[in-house]
Amino acid sequence: MQLFVEQVLNGIANGVVYGSVALALVLIFRTTSVLNFAQGEMALFSTYITWKLADEGDGFGLPIVAAIAISMVIAFVAGAVIERVLIRPVEQARSPLNVVIVTLGLFLGLNSVAQLLFGTDPQFMPSPFPEGSIELFSSGGDTAVLPKSTIGMILVLLAECILLWFLLQRTKAGLMLRAVASNPDSARLHGIRSGRMLMLGWAMAAAIGALAGSLVAAQRTGFDASLMQTVLVFALAAAALGGFDSLLGAVVAGLVVGIADALTIQYVDALDGIEVVLPLALILIVLVVRPNGLFGRRTVERV
Amino acid sequence: MSLLELVSVRGGYGPVRVLDDVDLTVEEGHVAVVLGANGAGKTTTLRAISGMIHARGEILFDGQSILGRSPEAVAKLGIAHVPQGRGTFTDLTVEENLRVGAVNRTGGGVKTDLDRWYSVFPRLAERRNQEAGSMSGGEQQMLALARAMMARPRLLLLDEPSLGLAPLVTRELFAQLGDLNRNDGLTVLVVEQNANLALDIGHWGYVLEAGHIAVQGAAAQLHDDEAVRKAYLGF
Amino acid sequence: MATPSDSSGAATEPAIGTVPEALAEPTVGEGARPSIWPPVPRLVLGIRIVIGVALSVAALYAPFYFTPENNRILSQAIYLSIAAMGLNLLTGFNGQVSIGHGAFFGVGAFTTAILMVDHDWTFEATIPVAAALSGLVGLLVGFPALRVRGLYLALVTLGLAVLFPRVASKYVEGAGGVALLRPKRSGFASLIDGLDDDQWAYFLCLAIAVVLFLLAWNLVRGRMGRAMIAVRDQEIAASTVGVNLAGIKVGTFALSAAYAGVAGSLSVMINRIADATNPVLYLQLSIEFLVAMVIGGAATILGPAVGAFILVFLRRNTEDLIEGKEILAPAIFGAALIAIVYVLPEGVVGGVRRLLARLGRRSAGSAARPAPASASDVPNDSINPGGSHEEGT
Repeated sequence: MQLFVEQVLNGIANGVVYGSVALALVLIFRTTSVLNFAQGEMALFSTYITWKLADEGDGFGLPIVAAIAISMVIAFVAGAVIERVLIRPVEQARSPLNVVIVTLGLFLGLNSVAQLLFGTDPQFMPSPFPEGSIELFSSGGDTAVLPKSTIGMILVLLAECILLWFLLQRTKAGLMLRAVASNPDSARLHGIRSGRMLMLGWAMAAAIGALAGSLVAAQRTGFDASLMQTVLVFALAAAALGGFDSLLGAVVAGLVVGIADALTIQYVDALDGIEVVLPLALILIVLVVRPNGLFGRRTVERV
Repeated sequence: MSLLELVSVRGGYGPVRVLDDVDLTVEEGHVAVVLGANGAGKTTTLRAISGMIHARGEILFDGQSILGRSPEAVAKLGIAHVPQGRGTFTDLTVEENLRVGAVNRTGGGVKTDLDRWYSVFPRLAERRNQEAGSMSGGEQQMLALARAMMARPRLLLLDEPSLGLAPLVTRELFAQLGDLNRNDGLTVLVVEQNANLALDIGHWGYVLEAGHIAVQGAAAQLHDDEAVRKAYLGF
Repeated sequence: MATPSDSSGAATEPAIGTVPEALAEPTVGEGARPSIWPPVPRLVLGIRIVIGVALSVAALYAPFYFTPENNRILSQAIYLSIAAMGLNLLTGFNGQVSIGHGAFFGVGAFTTAILMVDHDWTFEATIPVAAALSGLVGLLVGFPALRVRGLYLALVTLGLAVLFPRVASKYVEGAGGVALLRPKRSGFASLIDGLDDDQWAYFLCLAIAVVLFLLAWNLVRGRMGRAMIAVRDQEIAASTVGVNLAGIKVGTFALSAAYAGVAGSLSVMINRIADATNPVLYLQLSIEFLVAMVIGGAATILGPAVGAFILVFLRRNTEDLIEGKEILAPAIFGAALIAIVYVLPEGVVGGVRRLLARLGRRSAGSAARPAPASASDVPNDSINPGGSHEEGT
């Protein structure tokens, strides 16, 4: 029992990471219909910027919260620029595969430039959350604990979901964003500047990615350029599981993937070494039964 | 005064020239009908007006040149273009679709307009929280019309509204269009293959052939003229 | 007849009942619609023939001119192009996006390696088995793929590519206890006296590639190919014309997997290793196939080959481009990819085709302006042909 709870909590800690990157992936997809394979590396670059701003040795020594905030602003601008300069011209040629290639190119480029600029040594990221853990319950001498940082991340994620939901569903800007994502040409005919909306979508996703990366790095004892690489696959899985058009779905699915992965590692010996089968099998089954993911809205095709 | 004037408009897609000296005028408060076979350039004409393609020549809206302006800018001037395929925002609900139509309006009255269009098109009211992509072609066409009207445009451009619609639905649609024109003074430029219904509500008709106007005249007369009908309109 | 007004960028819904262009009418004989392939003016044909002959001669002479190391690299480009072609059939022509063909490649590679190491087969005999096995796996994947669309399919296939090395590690044990097999060199010996091993390897790859490309070319030009394209473009309409959707989609999946499997098999000959210890290798391969296909030109026949060679060339050259800053090699590679896709959105082959088409047009006379309609002979005088009308009515 103890082990089970421990693994679930482990899974939650990881799942929060996957969920936060999945959130950014889904946001970009919902607003621009692009699957951004470079999401992880964009977050990585922003994480390094946060670190540079906060580091007392080589950096500017700012308080961590301020560093994260500034990094998010920088990411916001950078995301808009990337969309305008790299993505939009290619997307206008109308092949989604071309855009995939560009995001892959970005993936390679950002990772390598980050290594060049910031070095390959592991770095330390201060945490905005208080130290320590919260006791959940005890049973027979063992106590199940959840680190405060994990709780903090869950709260941050929930706050993001709520804010984004409000923005997308209840504001005019959100309506325009979704209109552009649904039918960019028609949106233009209604006087909506599609280009601006696309830039906004990327900007927001980049900012969220910066937040996610910074918090993830703070969770660990040290981070380096490989921070996001394993995360990305699980984040993609989580985004798919949740249904690519559901923000909350991405977060929930992230947790599901994290927990499922942890439990599989622990309990299913037959899959020893290939535990990743479980999340993938989960996704496959879900998609076969519900082709739009767990929370995705059903899109009916009309001839 | 002409609300819309096209003079010697030429345009197309890349190396393919579709429009070849198109001259067209639409009077304020009129319904102008553009007829012609597939490939004649009807859709292209509307796209030239709303700025979706590059064109040369002169396009004047209310005396102002709008040639070369982006579709967003043209829309903001008060021209609403309902494209072929209806331009439905399939992932948004019916009500959200209508609200998109009103995004550029300043001042209030959006709710009033919503209520108005719900009463004109009851089927939209029934489905107001439904995903627009799940509606039938006819319903989407009604939605497209209402959405365009939410912007309170001065000029409505309609591209083959009857395409893919059942005859009864088409009749209803054109009846609504006629009402809007008579009661609200809405100026309409409608491009159609279904000449009969369009000419019935129209004031002036043009027949487009191979990129330029071959024949034009009062809608009623085009409708009744047998030779024109046989040669150009196929009925 | 496709109308120009339908070919602009704006989204147009096809009218209910339209048949996908690819299936509409016969493409030969009197009164037939022009083929979906562009017509070829004589100048263009001439250019193509010259280039084709030159390349063929170069390809046949190359292995005798280059060092074994370079022959190895050329052979790598060749099997990469086979895999890219397989992906092209599925993604370019049939519209099912896969980022997991590395897994099928791996199946082929390990089939060959296991047969050679554990059962002492000669290499050449393993190729058909590798093809069949990977095709079978492709078939199995193709069925659930029917239910999964676009983006989700891409992600599921990505999962396959991530999964493969782990599954292989679990069930395959090589000499060192890890999933790494090194078949004996003698198994790859040249079957023709007078040809060195590396030259034989090159020619074998080349021959198989030519056969497979011709097969693909023939397929795409025929009924099956048109059905594949129709399914890609307008699935629902295609099914109403009697195209067996499931059959085409699953069949294409299996075929494309078989191509990747053959490539994997060949890779064992060239690299003399089948290695599953690197968890991201097969994902990287999947991405390489995709990149090769796109930069070469998706849905073309030569595209995958061109793309594969460009890819290999780029990789070799960005590696030693910047002394002391090798860390930037991926960045340069990435930048090069972005640049190519920017400048040539239809890939190299697409871009070249466009250029040749323009040349062809210029040599055949400028694009005809639509002829002005003859004067109307309608007698009624309230109708003015073409002139502006007066106010009123």
